[in-house]
Amino acid sequence: MFKYFEPNKIFLITSKAPKYVLLLFMIILSIGLTEALVLSPEDYKQSHSVRIMYVHVPAAWISLGIFSSITILSVIGYIFKIRNFFLISKSLAPSGLVFNVIALVTGSIWGKPTWGKWWAWDARITSMLILVFFYIMYLVAWRIYENNDKVFKITLIITILGIVNVPIIKYSVDWWNTLHQPASINILSKSSIHVSMLFPLLIMTAAFALFSLLIFLMKYNTELIKIKNKGLDRL
Amino acid sequence: MINEALLMNGYGLYVWSAFGFTLVSFASLYIITKIQYTKEKNKFISKFGTLNSERAAFAKSQSINKEILSNTSSI
Repeated sequence: MFKYFEPNKIFLITSKAPKYVLLLFMIILSIGLTEALVLSPEDYKQSHSVRIMYVHVPAAWISLGIFSSITILSVIGYIFKIRNFFLISKSLAPSGLVFNVIALVTGSIWGKPTWGKWWAWDARITSMLILVFFYIMYLVAWRIYENNDKVFKITLIITILGIVNVPIIKYSVDWWNTLHQPASINILSKSSIHVSMLFPLLIMTAAFALFSLLIFLMKYNTELIKIKNKGLDRL
Repeated sequence: MINEALLMNGYGLYVWSAFGFTLVSFASLYIITKIQYTKEKNKFISKFGTLNSERAAFAKSQSINKEILSNTSSI
């Protein structure tokens, strides 16, 4: 089964896909921005500041999703000795980091009109900040040990330590009395968000997911060409 | 109407700066990634050009190399 994950086979698809993904991203983002900034209603309590949710929440979701994916791929890659899984993880990390920073900065901007301050050492916000450090450690480890087999073990350890933080981020608003509001969207039970706000939120999430896919494909292609460059040196 | 959309009951500065920061981050990441991709690709093409005909033929027989060379405007 793992033969389908060979870089040669994957490159045939990944080298052609970015232009289509970029086009689709632009279309979905345009619809999402129109919905988020113009068509969606204002909140009865937070007024127009609620619109920040349409960038803050998808960014947070995707940064958590990417870190979880990186961990799963690293563990499987290490157990089954599939180096390509590490390459995929490495290519996912930059967009994960950027989404994490976007979630923190837009959360801070949203905090000012809602809580009256830019920052609070609240459990949810602090654990998201810790995740940024794990992303940075992961990327720095690749930069330092790129040409060393140690990199697989080091990045695996960083992701395993970092993944402990992910359920803390998710459940921090339930476990502790935090300034951050509890989740409004639940997959297993009824969501407290109205459909007029849920729809733009889902569209923006799709746009953000497409953007992370686009960056992943471009990074992955770059990494493969880097490997091929080394291969040409050995010819 | 336009003023209303920009000011958003006094929340415009917060909303526009959050969306602006997001879009600038997207553009920066895209540009940086594209520059890195182009740099590696150009390096590959110039290295390929320095190979002698026998090595070039061998390198070209690998499908991935062929793909990189043929796909100069893939992104």
